[in-house]
Amino acid sequence: MKPVPLSYSLRNLWARRLTTALTAGGMALVVFVFAAVLMLDQGLKEALVDTGQPDNVVVIRKGSETEVQSVIERSQAALVESLPQIARGAGGLPLVSRETVVLITLAKRDGDKPANVIIRGVGPAGAALRPQLRVVEGRMFRPGSSEILVGSSIAQRFRGMGLGDAVRFGGREWQVVGIFEAGRSGFDSEIWGDADPLLQTFRRNAFSSMVFRLSDAADFPAARQILDADPRLTLEAKLERAFYADQSAMLSNFINILGLTLSVIFSVGAVIGGAITMYAAVASRTAEIGTLRALGFRRSSVMAAFMLESLLLSLLGGVAGLAAASLMQAFTISTMNWQSFSELAFSFRLTPAIAAKTLLFALGMGLVGGFMPAARAARMKIVDALRAS
Amino acid sequence: MPASFFKLIVLNAGRHRLRAGLTVLGMVVAILAFGLLGTVVDAWYAGAEGAAANRLVTRSSISLAFPLPLSYKERIRAVDDVRDISWANWFGGIYKEPKNFFPQFAVDGESYFRLYPEFVVGENAMRDFLRDRKGCIVGRKLADVHGFKVGDTLTLKGTVYPGNWDFVIRGIYDGAKKSTDQSQMFLHWAYLNETVKARMPGRADNVGVFIAEVARADQVAAVSRAIDREFANSRAETLTETEKAFQLGFVAMTEAIVVAIRIVSYLVIFIIMAVMANTMAMTARERTAEYATLKALGFSPSFVAAMICGESLMLALGGGLIGVALTFPVAAAFAARMGTLFPVFNVSESTVLLQFGCALTVGVVAAILPMRRVARLSIVDGLRAVG
Repeated sequence: MKPVPLSYSLRNLWARRLTTALTAGGMALVVFVFAAVLMLDQGLKEALVDTGQPDNVVVIRKGSETEVQSVIERSQAALVESLPQIARGAGGLPLVSRETVVLITLAKRDGDKPANVIIRGVGPAGAALRPQLRVVEGRMFRPGSSEILVGSSIAQRFRGMGLGDAVRFGGREWQVVGIFEAGRSGFDSEIWGDADPLLQTFRRNAFSSMVFRLSDAADFPAARQILDADPRLTLEAKLERAFYADQSAMLSNFINILGLTLSVIFSVGAVIGGAITMYAAVASRTAEIGTLRALGFRRSSVMAAFMLESLLLSLLGGVAGLAAASLMQAFTISTMNWQSFSELAFSFRLTPAIAAKTLLFALGMGLVGGFMPAARAARMKIVDALRAS
Repeated sequence: MPASFFKLIVLNAGRHRLRAGLTVLGMVVAILAFGLLGTVVDAWYAGAEGAAANRLVTRSSISLAFPLPLSYKERIRAVDDVRDISWANWFGGIYKEPKNFFPQFAVDGESYFRLYPEFVVGENAMRDFLRDRKGCIVGRKLADVHGFKVGDTLTLKGTVYPGNWDFVIRGIYDGAKKSTDQSQMFLHWAYLNETVKARMPGRADNVGVFIAEVARADQVAAVSRAIDREFANSRAETLTETEKAFQLGFVAMTEAIVVAIRIVSYLVIFIIMAVMANTMAMTARERTAEYATLKALGFSPSFVAAMICGESLMLALGGGLIGVALTFPVAAAFAARMGTLFPVFNVSESTVLLQFGCALTVGVVAAILPMRRVARLSIVDGLRAVG
């Protein structure tokens, strides 16, 4: 069996440029939406999963779901600190941080719109527990002072949050002494300060959460068991990665459901567009098809040629859509995470897996849209086809 | 135009049944998707739309997560032009699973329902609710979704207030308007406060927000400034804004999503425009010889162009009409699936108008290129053209 040359399909696409461009353009838009959704979800996952270290543990009050709603009394904090599984850092100090996490409302740069921002008061080991955190401008805050460190996303998006600015909240002036980056993680959307002055400012005497490093990540079940078994502690421990992944579950679900529903609806439109084009291609080339068959090409070869044409069309749309989507990587989305009720910035992230999925999706549309017309072409009788004008 | 003109258009459109059918189907899908997305955006703003112009919301200036002392109640009431006051706390309980989310407020029953006449509760149900300190009132939609009946006990797992909480449903409220949120639950603030006082004395007598009512909507600016001035430089400074601004604050926090949905809803129109333009371009190309014949017979270029435009409009509006008609049942089904996530989910008039506008635009835009080509076509070239 001899296949119809590839150049035949390619030239046909070129001969009907306007139609090819319109059909591929429609598919490109669908592919763009599909890829953008996957990229957004990937960006969200990276932002929240990378927030956690594999051997860090977060402790919050049972049932509180988020750090903001959690309360840990000082007596409970002392008990947690006595866990034998906690790793020790330089100078033999245990790597554990008592943290106070509250939401404050700040105005965004664009249009003064309010948003909730997490302000995190950390203990002395707080920064050491998050090695991804780097101060890129200014310096670290001094313990016990009214100095704060601002995440890069906050510094860019919120008014009066630049280096050297003074911010007023909780009836006190706070000095921004540094800006940090945390590898596009959730910490980039936070403000950090020392836990003690923050507790005083917000008139609290209990912490919100505790974070500690395990000396061995495999010790987590043992540590959790000790915490669960102690009747004085109504706390629950989660590995930091799992904790942050849970925080993104709702938003991630929403993006996925909405995005994929849309992609499916849109792809119906694009498949219809592809099918119309291919039907027209078959109809206008009836005599040609008859000639091909008369020359000895088999039905399957004719079918393959038209399928190939449809696939090429969709591939063109897929590549164009993917190229447009890859430009989206320059943008950052900043919205409220429903679970933590706080502002979270994340960007579109393109991975090879997403690129592959997107192109497969595009080819799938071409396959579905091209099948019926190609089958019609293959079914034609030679004599009838040749007689057509 | 004579009736034969329209007949010609209909017959022309019917020449490629499959193509016309597919195009109309694509149009239906696009207009339906556009309508649904518009309705989702509307649902986002439903809380702000339902807000009364003469109600003010006072909260802590730090953020909503910080409470205000109950003692502010009398001080706010004493501010000039404040006619009535009530207060509420966000309860934040989980009913069985986090995905069953619905808002729960601990309220002062009597004053709250006085301030919110849009929550319509029967007289008997109201009396039962006020009598039972563990009672609660739920919205009609919420009751329908979870099958709640009056007398049922509802257990919530507290996230803000730890522990399991039992409430007895004493009444179901209806919305005074179609746009009223009927997915909320109200419980007694006094009961919550009592329990908190026993378990965590430090957190007692705390109020999440105060709601003040003023007589006339034009007083809101002055009154909100007066309230905030009252508490300036105190231990808990306040931020007072109209209920609408308060609700829009929530919308603004998730604005990126709203913007994305808006962009996407116009993208779908672009996609169908490409499909439709393609159909019309192909149709016109195939009929080049016919159009040339018509011109040779003496029909004006504008007549031929009008024929193409008419066919395009017929397909677009036909699909649009079906799409609009389908929007209503599909939106209803979608709202039922989503449960209480979108408390108000109604297809608005403006959405329907926009849908028709889009169908019209697609029909016209799709016909522009073929129309130009045909109008410029020289008769001799056209007659020479083959399929």
